[in-house]
Amino acid sequence: MSWIQTIFRRRRIYNDLSEEIRLHLEERTEDLMRQGMSRKDAEQAARRAFGNRTSLEQRSREVWQWPLAESILSDIRYALRQLFKSRSFAVTVVLTMALGIGAAVAIFAFVENALIRPLPYNHPSRLTVIFGSIPLGPKFHLSFPDYYDLKKMNKVFSSFEAYDANGFMLTTPTGAVQAPGARVTAGFFRTLGILPVLGRDFLAGEDKPSAPRTVILSYGAWQKRYGGRKDVLGQTVMLDGAANTIIGVLPQSFNFAPAEPAEFWTAEHDEGPCRGCHWLFGLGRLKDGVTIEAAQADMTAIAQQLAKQYPDSNRTQGEAVFPLSEVVLGDIRPILLLLMAGAGLLLLIACVNAANLLLVRTRSRMREIAVRGALGASRKRLVRQFVTEGLVLAAVSTALGLTIADAAMRLLTQLVPEQILAGMPYLQGLSLNLPVIGFTLAIAIAAASLFSLVPVLSLSMDEMKAGLTEGGRAAAGTLWRKLGANLVVIELATAMVLLVVAGLLGKSLYRLLQVDPGLEPNNLAMLSVSAPRESYQGDAKVLALHREVLNRIAALPGVHMVSTVNKLPVGDGDFTTTFVIVGQPNDGVDHEVAFRQVSPDYFATLQTRLLEGRFFTAADDASKPHLALINHALAQKYFGGKDPVGMQINYDGAPPSSAMLVVGLIQDIREGQLDVPARPAFYVPFDQSPHGYFSVVARTSIDAGSMLPTITETIHGIDPGIAISGAATMKQRIHDAPAAYLHRASATLVGGFAALALLLSVVGLYGVIAYSVGQRTREIGVRMALGAQKITVYRMVLGEASWLILIGIVIGLLGSIGSATFLRKLLFGTQAWDGFTLVSVAAVLGLSALAASYFPARRAASVNPVEALRAE
Amino acid sequence: MTNPNARDLFPGALEMMILESLRRQPAHGYALVQHIQQRSNNLLQVEEGSLYPALQRLLKAKLVKAEWGVSSTNRRVRTYEITPAGLRHLEEEITSFERMFEGIALVLNPGKSTAN
Repeated sequence: MSWIQTIFRRRRIYNDLSEEIRLHLEERTEDLMRQGMSRKDAEQAARRAFGNRTSLEQRSREVWQWPLAESILSDIRYALRQLFKSRSFAVTVVLTMALGIGAAVAIFAFVENALIRPLPYNHPSRLTVIFGSIPLGPKFHLSFPDYYDLKKMNKVFSSFEAYDANGFMLTTPTGAVQAPGARVTAGFFRTLGILPVLGRDFLAGEDKPSAPRTVILSYGAWQKRYGGRKDVLGQTVMLDGAANTIIGVLPQSFNFAPAEPAEFWTAEHDEGPCRGCHWLFGLGRLKDGVTIEAAQADMTAIAQQLAKQYPDSNRTQGEAVFPLSEVVLGDIRPILLLLMAGAGLLLLIACVNAANLLLVRTRSRMREIAVRGALGASRKRLVRQFVTEGLVLAAVSTALGLTIADAAMRLLTQLVPEQILAGMPYLQGLSLNLPVIGFTLAIAIAAASLFSLVPVLSLSMDEMKAGLTEGGRAAAGTLWRKLGANLVVIELATAMVLLVVAGLLGKSLYRLLQVDPGLEPNNLAMLSVSAPRESYQGDAKVLALHREVLNRIAALPGVHMVSTVNKLPVGDGDFTTTFVIVGQPNDGVDHEVAFRQVSPDYFATLQTRLLEGRFFTAADDASKPHLALINHALAQKYFGGKDPVGMQINYDGAPPSSAMLVVGLIQDIREGQLDVPARPAFYVPFDQSPHGYFSVVARTSIDAGSMLPTITETIHGIDPGIAISGAATMKQRIHDAPAAYLHRASATLVGGFAALALLLSVVGLYGVIAYSVGQRTREIGVRMALGAQKITVYRMVLGEASWLILIGIVIGLLGSIGSATFLRKLLFGTQAWDGFTLVSVAAVLGLSALAASYFPARRAASVNPVEALRAE
Repeated sequence: MTNPNARDLFPGALEMMILESLRRQPAHGYALVQHIQQRSNNLLQVEEGSLYPALQRLLKAKLVKAEWGVSSTNRRVRTYEITPAGLRHLEEEITSFERMFEGIALVLNPGKSTAN
């Protein structure tokens, strides 16, 4: 019979066997009776002739068993029964460990997905991103002519391509909408090593201006917009007013984080001879054996050559080379590592708590163990019992921990705002894959070893004999108390470290949110407007549209004031130009600053302070002299102590007729993110330099979010062909900004870990103190009988507790100061050894721990000396 | 009664003898015991119960099969019967046993050989 059949038929086999043997004995008995024996004698003789029935029946059964497996199964059943008897112990251990394991596995899944798994390209470590490096910073754009020269002249890249991740205006039957996507040079996907899963890649030369326009779809776009139909190849898509033919579809696993989300990938057709117009990023694959440093040196050398050749545009234009992985993961790496460390510490606390509980339980089972030993259980058998219990606990904890991790991963991914998630493709597609399962197994094995070793080691202290005698307990109790106490100190120290880190991150977040963005963020509704080029050619049409938009929106009930700007604040702070101060000698250094085109009411709408001079008015149009407003940072940096109002500035290289008179000085508005200092910037009236793409900013008297649909409708009421995108409120924009988001996420998560750690370690402390009190009941009884007051007992117990807490806090303080040095990158406006945080965290931990120790202390003080001395 | 001078049978001996007995005639456990003790002229003292582990092993290896029925004396009995596989196994075991027996005899009494 196969072994499956055997299991099912076994009951029948055993029954048949029992009956057979019974009948055999009966037959023998009757035979003997026939020979003249009495029934009783016959039965006895039959049994003797048969042999040891129980043993023989057992041996017969064993033919159908696998003895090892059976005894392991019975061990497991016994272990489950024992654990069920000590339910509260088992539940506490399982919950504690499950929390620790769940946190560690969930964070590891993120870490594995983002940091450990290589990027989905061919040899991703050889890929680099090339930025334009200017005095303002190293991560700006390249111009096309520069890109072309770099591509021709470099000696370090086996291929050099470029991309530009601004989206498109997609023409749909209902009007133009924003569609995310990128323009790339023809060899882009080949450089990454990606092949389309349907259709073909761009051919060399397909990115020339004269080549027919083609587009490759992302897998998501193919499914979403075309239903995944194979006949999509050859269809046309109207992007930015031009017809593009679909030639291919990218693989589902493909993503390119710097450009995500991206649905449409077209070939870069706009070659533009303008060397000073920067809008590209470079993608380069290093040649074999070439280092990043060598590539950077090569780029710098070429930059110097170009600077000599084209001093007007390239005087201060350099290139910066970064590894692609750093560009994709640079921001998130320190945070993920921090979270991993936090989860690891939490797991440590959980393990220590579990070990403590196990120690206590083993101690209380000494009697049972001694009895079993006396009844003949071999040491090996006892050890096997403990190991089985440990394995069962570890298995249940791990299973529960895995479900917690799964839920946590889902929850955390859902909590990330959609646009941030779209730009971080490595946070998507989290699952319990092989590396994560492997990590979980490793933890499970470690937990199982811990749970098995702790009781076994305590067993080896040869307590078996001592357990049977009454007096033996006292001596052993002290040992376990000391061990338990040491473990609790570790827990408290670890909790302290986590709390300090959480406190520092929290303070960072607070400081970040305190940064004055230079505007009043409440009740500001914003959206971006793009007038299709075909319908709005010429400044007059654009200005007319602009005026109509402002008038109609201002007339809406609920709108207090409305204005426009070409690029919204609290963004990437880009859109820069070089400028000169008229009348000042050129010091050879390019002054590159941000600049914006604004409608007259812009600053009033934002409620930005005017420091000097005046704002623009409606009268400052194209017929009047050119004007400019500068911000405080620009005045500080470039005007020295001189009063800027009344002076003139001009674009670098522009004719004197376009010089602008500075009419006012305003407070700094954060055009970039809140965690970087304000950039020097100047502002010009929209009427004096109109553009068909601008953003509307409206101060509303009611909730800004509810006004957005109305404003959108109003603009579509003017012309449904106008594309509207990015509708949001300023509060949302600041709240969801990457800097704010990352700070908030790390503070929240580490805060969560710290709270759990505090809870676990306080519970652990309670357990140790309670156990200690339990052990010392007799001693306390004696003391009280001899005249000790309640207060003495309190002092005794709380003194022991305070000592542990103090040591824990001190060790924790040292640990947190040490680890805080790693935090420096993540902190904003907060020192790693911020006194206020350290003191308040210590106070929180100390007070909660003391509060937990109060209850056992009270129980100790209410001990009835007579009862204590009597009971044993 | 067990004879204090009796030695344990070598492994497989009991199975072999059971198979041979069953070859002659199907029987149930009690009858088998009687049969073996009679035919060995009581030289072999087999503990009655020790048959049962052996029978289970034979059952598991499908060398015998068992069926409940009623004996000639109107008792409920489980009768064992040898299978073709059991017959083949018995032939092999007897051959190997005889070879072993001859080998031992040769060693103990050189020069005196039994029939080949």
